[in-house]
Amino acid sequence: MTTKMFGAPVQRREDPRLVSGNGRYLDDLGQDALAAAFVRSPYAHARILDIDVTNAIDIPGVIAIYTHEDLDGNTTERLPLLIPHPALTNPMTAYCLSPDVVKHVGEAVAMVVATDRYVAEDACERIKVDYEQLPVVVGLAKSRAAEVLVHVEAPGNVAAHMVQEVGDAAAAIASSPHQLTLSLQIERSASMPMEGKGVYARWDSDEQSIRLYSSTQTSTGVRAAVAAKLGMPLAKVECIAPDVGGGFGVKIMHPWPEEVLIPWAARRLDAEVKWVEDRREHFISSAHERAQLQDVEVGFDDTGRVLGLSVKFWHDNGAYTPYGIIVPIITSTQLLGPYKPGAYRVEFFSMYTNTVMVTPYRGAGRPQGVFAMERTMDAIADYLGLDRTDVRSANFIQVEDMPYDHGLLFQDGRPLMYDSGDFPASLAKLKALVGWDDFAAYRAQAEAEGRRVGLGIGCYVEGTGVGPYEGGHIQVETSGRVNVSTGLTSQGQGHQTVFAQIVADELGVPIESVFVTTGDTRRFGYAVGTFASRAAVMSGNAIALAARNVREKALRIAGEALEVDPGDLEIVDGIVRVKGDPESSIALATVAVMSNPLRYAFDESAKAATQFAHTGAMDYSKPPVADGEEPGLEGKGYYSPTQATFANGMHAAIVETDPQTAEIKILRYCVIHDCGRMINPMIVEGQVHGGVAQGVGGALYERMVYDDAGQLLNASFMDFLMPYASEVPHVETDHLETPSPLNSLGIKGAGEAGTIPVSAVIASAIEDAEGFPITSMPISPDELWNLRRQHAEGLIPDLRRGSRTTSNSPTSTNA
Amino acid sequence: MSEILRTDLEPLVEITMRVNGVKRTAAAPTRRLLSDFLRHELRLTGTHVGCEHGVCGACTVLIDGTPMRSCLMFAVTAQDHEITTVEGLAESFEESGTGAGTGTRTGTRTDTGITTTMSPVQQAFIECHGLQCGFCTPGFLTTITAYLKENPDPTETEAREAISGNLCRCTGYQNIVKSVLRAAEIANERGERA
Repeated sequence: MTTKMFGAPVQRREDPRLVSGNGRYLDDLGQDALAAAFVRSPYAHARILDIDVTNAIDIPGVIAIYTHEDLDGNTTERLPLLIPHPALTNPMTAYCLSPDVVKHVGEAVAMVVATDRYVAEDACERIKVDYEQLPVVVGLAKSRAAEVLVHVEAPGNVAAHMVQEVGDAAAAIASSPHQLTLSLQIERSASMPMEGKGVYARWDSDEQSIRLYSSTQTSTGVRAAVAAKLGMPLAKVECIAPDVGGGFGVKIMHPWPEEVLIPWAARRLDAEVKWVEDRREHFISSAHERAQLQDVEVGFDDTGRVLGLSVKFWHDNGAYTPYGIIVPIITSTQLLGPYKPGAYRVEFFSMYTNTVMVTPYRGAGRPQGVFAMERTMDAIADYLGLDRTDVRSANFIQVEDMPYDHGLLFQDGRPLMYDSGDFPASLAKLKALVGWDDFAAYRAQAEAEGRRVGLGIGCYVEGTGVGPYEGGHIQVETSGRVNVSTGLTSQGQGHQTVFAQIVADELGVPIESVFVTTGDTRRFGYAVGTFASRAAVMSGNAIALAARNVREKALRIAGEALEVDPGDLEIVDGIVRVKGDPESSIALATVAVMSNPLRYAFDESAKAATQFAHTGAMDYSKPPVADGEEPGLEGKGYYSPTQATFANGMHAAIVETDPQTAEIKILRYCVIHDCGRMINPMIVEGQVHGGVAQGVGGALYERMVYDDAGQLLNASFMDFLMPYASEVPHVETDHLETPSPLNSLGIKGAGEAGTIPVSAVIASAIEDAEGFPITSMPISPDELWNLRRQHAEGLIPDLRRGSRTTSNSPTSTNA
Repeated sequence: MSEILRTDLEPLVEITMRVNGVKRTAAAPTRRLLSDFLRHELRLTGTHVGCEHGVCGACTVLIDGTPMRSCLMFAVTAQDHEITTVEGLAESFEESGTGAGTGTRTGTRTDTGITTTMSPVQQAFIECHGLQCGFCTPGFLTTITAYLKENPDPTETEAREAISGNLCRCTGYQNIVKSVLRAAEIANERGERA
């Protein structure tokens, strides 16, 4: 190869297909399948007294109606607890169909299978369910009060209680020159991919096997769970993630009730069955994330250096905990960001409420943690009258501290140890990009025009590329086509492109000849999934290892054919050739032919590998396939790192708040991003843009509005305000590349980065514009207007604003 | 269109429309949404359904050249109208044929010897990384195609405004704005309108 693919902004190989209507998403498959629809609980907490299907079963086109009573075997039992943890003392998971008591609006009660989705929904409407309503717990305050329990098995509504401590935080805070306390709050949002979930199952009665398609972030996970639930050998279950219309975390959760029930029904009915989630179902029966209450205590010195930090928070996990306590664990560890507090204690309670369960959504607990830490940094700066970046600098882990061990356990059960990063350099880049030092002048000018502007900042570190492992398989066909497969799935990250870039370089073939398959258990059975910004790190490195194995084998075979030392060979553009003597060469496709000794020629090129085709002298003492070799030019690789890689970034924003209407507008949004070496900078940029947009949604627009009865009042795109282009600012980016020493490609993950600090950044900027603390996110104009009023009434204190260089404070005017 | 074909199940009517230049007829219940009719009766699955309540715009198709949300229309109301879906945006021509003008093109050769050339909007999305998961993309492509016919040389602000009725959860819109501007450029380079 003359052009290096790794690091180049290669156009995506997926795109010609996807822009011409030739994608194949879940609902594009199984056009002739039966359609399923679900009766879901309209109550947040209720006992099912009776289910009457009389009026539904005779509707023409209805094939079957199932309730919990109709289930059998393992499908009658609760869904699995995916990630057990010793601190999760009261785990609860749902059933496929509720047997008695429903715990949130949207929980599935009955399933209808019909010839057509319209008919299935008609039947759902005619099924009469009698409920006895039970008292409801909504919100962390009610959950903590525990006057009503979500589950009798979980006293105090506590699912988990966990403490981690490094040093003696209480003593360190007490002996610090200064102390501050903060009470913070962050609301619910959700992944909200444009394509909801969906499952399509084909039962093969001849082979007694299931082929399952799911819009999932883990086809191997779904396959194993379905095999277990249906009591089938793993060998008889295949799972494929087709084109997936976005995931953002919600589709890593599995198995969803529908992922079990659809194949179960397909087997039972000996028919193809499909279910495609509609938007309301996605709101009320998938998963949300984010809601936490946080109490922070911090002790620091005159330079702003944190000597002791103690954080206690309450995490709303909704009605069930199948995904364990991954989200609050991430909050509690990633809260530390690029800083090294003298001593740190973190305690959390994961709490039940009668709402949709909480599982990771892009950022996965980090936005909450970063919010706590960055609000604290701003508060310290304000208290001491220091520049906010100086306080951060005083606390940064330095380059020479790397690798830096925080002494805590991370979400993968392994030490929280940063591998790389140059935080002072990132901050310098950010200050230059946003014009940090010129902002005072800009503000003065804006204030002279009667405008109110603020500058905000947020820093984060993101553990990416967590294990346990991923694998890759590469096979070179005799045509020269290179087939690459890896088990994890794709939801828009461009894996068919970036993995092909890696293989093109490692193997020395044109990228056009490389074809990548992801998320298909028929092709690769061992995998974990796509989450935690791990795909590029994990599968990227596994595929690179596989490519090196294939390359080595190709050179060995070619070396024998050309009678040269394999070390003297190189592969360029799909041709194996002698270094310095390009005339002496053999095509990789021919090597593939030779790698597989044949009895039967299936085409012209295969003749070369048949038993009488050899020309030169043969050594008949050697077998056709040498000892230790396998036929075929293919190879595998697995990557299983000792720990996560740690990407990092810093964002700054300039916002303007309208003095009259309290409308909040983001004028500029700047991102410095360090994900190590970038495979494809165009794709990394795209990930950052999209992440920031979701962060902006979470900071200013999106929330889940539950009433006291546990009804989600905004369960549609009319009412849940996902940002359009008109709400998302232009994102200015700059990159720092500190390679990870943990893998040979030097990469760290990039998927979630853009989202993580946005709420903290916007809060910081609004606070800077307004002159009083912002402690709760998201924030709407209405809420800001009310805060102004409270501030004017003396209910909210002024910032000290010692660091402000302009004189006049705009805060109390017009409030 | 009014003829009832079956009475045992749901009454079906024959619906005829011109889709991507081809006259198509299929039977469907009167309540069948146009989006479902296109996807399931005509099997043109390029049109996607993101919300089924007219907010996200993923299902946008062109009806007589005007962008409309196919999830908010019954198929019967599209009777005899001209529909363009994402499948109809690329220009198809015989192997020997050539497109008008110059400029960069991504051509996809199919088994049938027909080469399709990406339309300027499709081409721009590829060049500018205007899509990630691709689910919302067909709605953007159709919307922008119609927009550029009316406003062939938009400013960046106008481009942003033009796409602000469609939801995308992946891209943050920045590269879609870029794609609108690039599509206008490509159309001009090719000497044609998007």
